[in-house]
Amino acid sequence: MTLLRGRGYASVNYPTGMNLGGDPSQAIIHATTMGGFVVTLSSVDLGQGLKTVVAQCAAETLGIPMENVIIDTADTDTGPHCMGTFASRGTHRVGNAVIMAAREAREVMLQVAADELEVDAGDLETDGTGFVRLKGSPATKIHISDIALAAHFKQGKSISGRGIFLKERSYPVPETGEMDPDSCQAHACTVAEVEVDDETGIVTVLRMYNTYEIGRALNPAMVAQQVEGGAWMGVSHAIFESTEPYYPASRAHGPIDFCEYLMPGPAEIPVQTSVILERPASNGPFGAKGIGEMTANAPIPAIANAIFDACGVRLTTMPFTPESVLRGLDALRAA
Amino acid sequence: MTVTIVNLKVNGVDQAFMARPGTTLLLALREQLGLTGAKRGCAQGACGSCTVLLDGAPVVSCLVPATTVDGADIATVEGLADGQQLSDVQQAFLDGFATQCGFCTPGMLMSAEALLARNPDPTADEVNEAISGNVCRCTGYAPIVSAILDAAERRRNRVEATH
Ligand code: FES
Ligand code: FES
Repeated sequence: MTLLRGRGYASVNYPTGMNLGGDPSQAIIHATTMGGFVVTLSSVDLGQGLKTVVAQCAAETLGIPMENVIIDTADTDTGPHCMGTFASRGTHRVGNAVIMAAREAREVMLQVAADELEVDAGDLETDGTGFVRLKGSPATKIHISDIALAAHFKQGKSISGRGIFLKERSYPVPETGEMDPDSCQAHACTVAEVEVDDETGIVTVLRMYNTYEIGRALNPAMVAQQVEGGAWMGVSHAIFESTEPYYPASRAHGPIDFCEYLMPGPAEIPVQTSVILERPASNGPFGAKGIGEMTANAPIPAIANAIFDACGVRLTTMPFTPESVLRGLDALRAA
Repeated sequence: MTVTIVNLKVNGVDQAFMARPGTTLLLALREQLGLTGAKRGCAQGACGSCTVLLDGAPVVSCLVPATTVDGADIATVEGLADGQQLSDVQQAFLDGFATQCGFCTPGMLMSAEALLARNPDPTADEVNEAISGNVCRCTGYAPIVSAILDAAERRRNRVEATH
């Protein structure tokens, strides 16, 4: 028995969003009487952290603390339209819509504050802690909760804003096939190190090095988590899980539950090192591109290449099972 | 079908409810006691999202018939925090970004609490083993394992500080 080490790499360019027949997301922001800013969306946070990231976008644009932002994604039936959280589009589309809505709401907020303070709105700024103050004279200030109260009960104004980001539809040019399908592209490269047991055919992924260029990382900790959680899923696709060969033709065979559908557990994860490169995208919210789906992509071919490097077996069908490794080794010996 | 009255202490509070044969502890907690922290991921003992402590031991509550645990002491994720004060394990999960969608989190927390209660200074391998019955689809496990090790250290420091 020999344990063969190998190293392989793969890279991916990944589109942020797609254009369908036009790809919009809307956001509506309004202030409550207490100075909370409700961001109403139909965009679903399925665990990727969308609510956090768009709350950051709203807080940054409004110039108020994140605690004063309330993200409401309650109901896709009645909320402002969103195409959905897929295609790594959430941060980009929804973030842009939220920034646009927040700019409009901020203008009203400053105007209400200006009327209360009897100054010009153009001379006001936010201090990020909840106050609107006069530039150069920070003692002249008013808290957003007082601004909201004045707007509701004194001035009769609605501190609110509307935002939409639309990626217009773009059909291919018939002659050239040229089209404009996405908003920007993120790039990544993964290097995988594996160990192949030439007697059992078992592949172990030892280490992965991930590099991602994703525009501005709005929330670096969540980006790192997305990268490494996605890489785990890549490892899982590469060497563990499969609904093949029966899905989707038949669900009567093959794995139907967690007992049969294998995924790597905590003891089977590689050590990961991840680096984020930030090159802000001109059309992204604060320069962000999407980072979602792409994180599971590069690890798979990187692992396939590392297996090839380790033992000369070129596998093209996932998952790379012990059986497929052993058959490949047999074929090499026979050749 | 005979309906049985089941008495439990849940997170320190005495509870009584009626259960038909076959009612699982998970169902009773969620539907009858309104404690929806424990999740129903698979209902067959394979995902760990329904993990609660039964007399201190972690169990997959989807496989425990409620009528068989009359008189037991149950701890669920709802009982971990003391008011606004999170437990060390919860705080370490929060600080260490050890959750994404959060579906596995209640089960992970309970498995971790059970581990640290019997082994205050676990190795990474022991943590892996303790959560090997808990499936997480999002995080890749690494942040969960480090959060549990971090929580162990916080707990040890706390114990030292009070001596
Ligand atoms: S719901 Fe109990 S183990 Fe999955
Ligand atoms: S955080 Fe989503 S399953 Fe663990």
